[in-house]
Amino acid sequence: MMKPKTEAELAGMVGAASGPLHVFGGGTRPVGKPVTGEALSLADLSGIVDYEPGALTLVAKAGTPVAEIEAALAAEGQRLAFEPMDHRALLGTQGTPTIGGVVAANVSGPRRVSVGAARDSLLGVRFVDGSGRVLKNGGRVMKNVTGYDLVKLLAGSHGTLGVLSEVSFKVLPTPEAVRTLVVHGVTDVAALDAMTRAITSPFEVSGAAHLPGDDPRVLLRIEGFAGSVAYRAGQLTSLLADLGEISEIATPEDNAGLWRAVRDAEALKDRANVWRISMTPGAMVNGLLQALGDDARTYILDWAGGLCWLGADGGPEALHHRLQSLVADRAVNAGGGGHVTLVKGDAALRASVPVFQPEPAPIAALARGLREKFDPKGILNPGLMG
Amino acid sequence: MEMPAPNPKVLSLKARLVERLHQVLPADAVIHEEAETRAYECDALTAYKCPPLCAVLPSSTQEVSDVLRICHDMGVPVVPRGAGTSLAGGALPTADSVILGVARMNEVLETDYDNRFVRVQTGRTNLSVTGAVEADGFFYAPDPSSQLACAIAGNIAMNSGGAHCLKYGVTTNNLLGVTMVMMDGTVVEIGGAHMDAGGYDLLGLICGSEGQLGVVTEATLRILPKPEGARPVLMGYDSNEVAGQVVSDIIKAGVLPVAIEFMDRPCIRATEAFAKAGYPDCEALLIVEVEGSDAEIDEQLGLITQIARKHNPVELRESTSAEESARIWLGRKSAFGAMGQINDYMCLDGTIPVSQLPYVLRRIGEMSREYGLDVGNVFHAGDGNMHPLILFDANKPGDLELCEAFGADILRLCVEVGGCLTGEHGVGIEKRDLMVDQFAPDDLDIQMAVKDVFDPKWLLNPAKVFPLAASEARRAA
Repeated sequence: MMKPKTEAELAGMVGAASGPLHVFGGGTRPVGKPVTGEALSLADLSGIVDYEPGALTLVAKAGTPVAEIEAALAAEGQRLAFEPMDHRALLGTQGTPTIGGVVAANVSGPRRVSVGAARDSLLGVRFVDGSGRVLKNGGRVMKNVTGYDLVKLLAGSHGTLGVLSEVSFKVLPTPEAVRTLVVHGVTDVAALDAMTRAITSPFEVSGAAHLPGDDPRVLLRIEGFAGSVAYRAGQLTSLLADLGEISEIATPEDNAGLWRAVRDAEALKDRANVWRISMTPGAMVNGLLQALGDDARTYILDWAGGLCWLGADGGPEALHHRLQSLVADRAVNAGGGGHVTLVKGDAALRASVPVFQPEPAPIAALARGLREKFDPKGILNPGLMG
Repeated sequence: MEMPAPNPKVLSLKARLVERLHQVLPADAVIHEEAETRAYECDALTAYKCPPLCAVLPSSTQEVSDVLRICHDMGVPVVPRGAGTSLAGGALPTADSVILGVARMNEVLETDYDNRFVRVQTGRTNLSVTGAVEADGFFYAPDPSSQLACAIAGNIAMNSGGAHCLKYGVTTNNLLGVTMVMMDGTVVEIGGAHMDAGGYDLLGLICGSEGQLGVVTEATLRILPKPEGARPVLMGYDSNEVAGQVVSDIIKAGVLPVAIEFMDRPCIRATEAFAKAGYPDCEALLIVEVEGSDAEIDEQLGLITQIARKHNPVELRESTSAEESARIWLGRKSAFGAMGQINDYMCLDGTIPVSQLPYVLRRIGEMSREYGLDVGNVFHAGDGNMHPLILFDANKPGDLELCEAFGADILRLCVEVGGCLTGEHGVGIEKRDLMVDQFAPDDLDIQMAVKDVFDPKWLLNPAKVFPLAASEARRAA
């Protein structure tokens, strides 16, 4: 296994490579088509390079453990606002999640609905392209429109356009108080109503999730200064009073545990196969979940209904194709936008189905064209994204 | 500013081109008489002018596609134009180009409050997007200063920001999907009303690509519920260092204001003479605005003023009413006009790490004396986005060139301290030749390779973003 300790060493290895490389950070998120190639781990390219709490910016090498970054931020009362998911519980993987892996997979959590995704907090990248060139884009300042935004392109490209060596982020202060309102006994439709009312109110929620099942409930998280949190909790309680019984979770520890479980899709961890579905909340609940009916199996909703984690144990190929075609079906999803990704499945399954939502021909051609420019030798996680 | 020589072959095709455009557009949508094309000779960077070969004003995505297919066929360059408010020359024509203006495409196509989005044609102005939804309690967050005039098309091209992006982000953070026409006429849909890309984030790549990858005709935008209220506090300090420290302390205390604006003494004096907002005569002035219910605002402003007091302000004025708020914002909002009363000015747009603020302001002051040109600074202090306004006399021979040289030195300084050339205006032609100061040749090459994929013949928005020498081989190919 290749484990470069410096960016220059990394560039040398990629430049010299003639065959496929399997690029990864901590190896905790084996998403996409299985890659056959020589292993290239970024784990040793590690460390925080620069952190300015007064400027809300942090720069770290790609292999830096997420935990190390979160600890450094916590010491200054700050955090990664987009709340990156830890995939280990869901996927049953070992290892240490890295910040480069978070960027490569554009991993966000429940707070995505209010502060944006990982890519929205990402300010700059340094990376090595498939020819072994060290390249940079963006920087470490919050507003930057100098040249094309390759920062966004690299986020979520799963190591197929370049090997990340360094990333910089906008970070945010950790609020003084947090509280979660729990609306009990809700159907999917009532849950959508609760989440929609909350997210379209001025009372700023930083998380809106629905956990169906025997004890169906909606979770609405409120964060900020203590006075403000109390005020908004009161306003939201009146706004939702007709939908069901409402209770509150007020301690920081209880809230952390609750939202970690939502973030990491813990409810699905015993399912053999898990899909991640993105649509508008309306199309998700009234379109997709309706169409699936009893086949909906195990699922939870996050992002006010815009994200569904759906798990099943048998017949994954048929379900996979059904989900991807339902999302593309205008009768189910009038707006047409959205995607289904197989997140959990064994290598054989991932090899046999389109893991990512198939794209229309002109978009697929653009993606292919970009891959050929960034990786002319076709050696960076080849085939992972198609 | 050097522009490539017009292609004589393209110039000779004008009659045939106009004829073909008339086949796909109504007569009044093709502007080709010389007297009339002059209306499109420049954008808001008026120092540079060049009438285009002709201008077209399509009314639909289909018409945009027809125009692009014809131009692609005939090898004619196309300059997309929103409302023509670019300060960077982003919509400056070349003599052999067709201006493609989206101004007639200004409809709201779909409004969906439950799913928090609005879909519009991109000729619609920024402010009128909010105008379409505010009666129902929503708004569109990015708020560039030109929001009354500027079009969403240009906002997407330049990834525009505004004063309130510390909390709400810039265009790219509020854009969910686009309908885009490729240079060969192919219409593509990227993104939608849902969150995150399914494959590569092409939406993120297109936003800020300055009209060089395609023509965006429709956009799906995130709308947000309006906060219950907002109120600013004004504070004056005797040194830039102290004001910089106050900004840093506010941010470290965990407050996230929607705006932190900074003005320096030359700018304060100019705006005071012009707008009489009652600003103190001091070295540095900060306006900090927070949002929420009355009680929430009081809670945040209490914390902010407590920090402000620790640093001995020469003035501290907390707004308690809409009138007081308007008065606090009056000077800031008239700053550009006030500077324009004194002389012609050039508005720069570099970003710096906020910790470098005192050093950069000191260096700008020194350079101002060396160049013999006055400069005032208005600044989005929370995010480090500077707007130095350099005063010059356009009628004085050599003054524009001197001003440009001074501006270039300021932008190089921004890069040197870890910042960038442009925070929200875009590169356009204005900063094109400075790109080599921020990027190594390979960094530029990979960006140009992206353009190769989307626009292989390099016909869209020529001579912008990349230094001419760097792009020459590709343009000639």
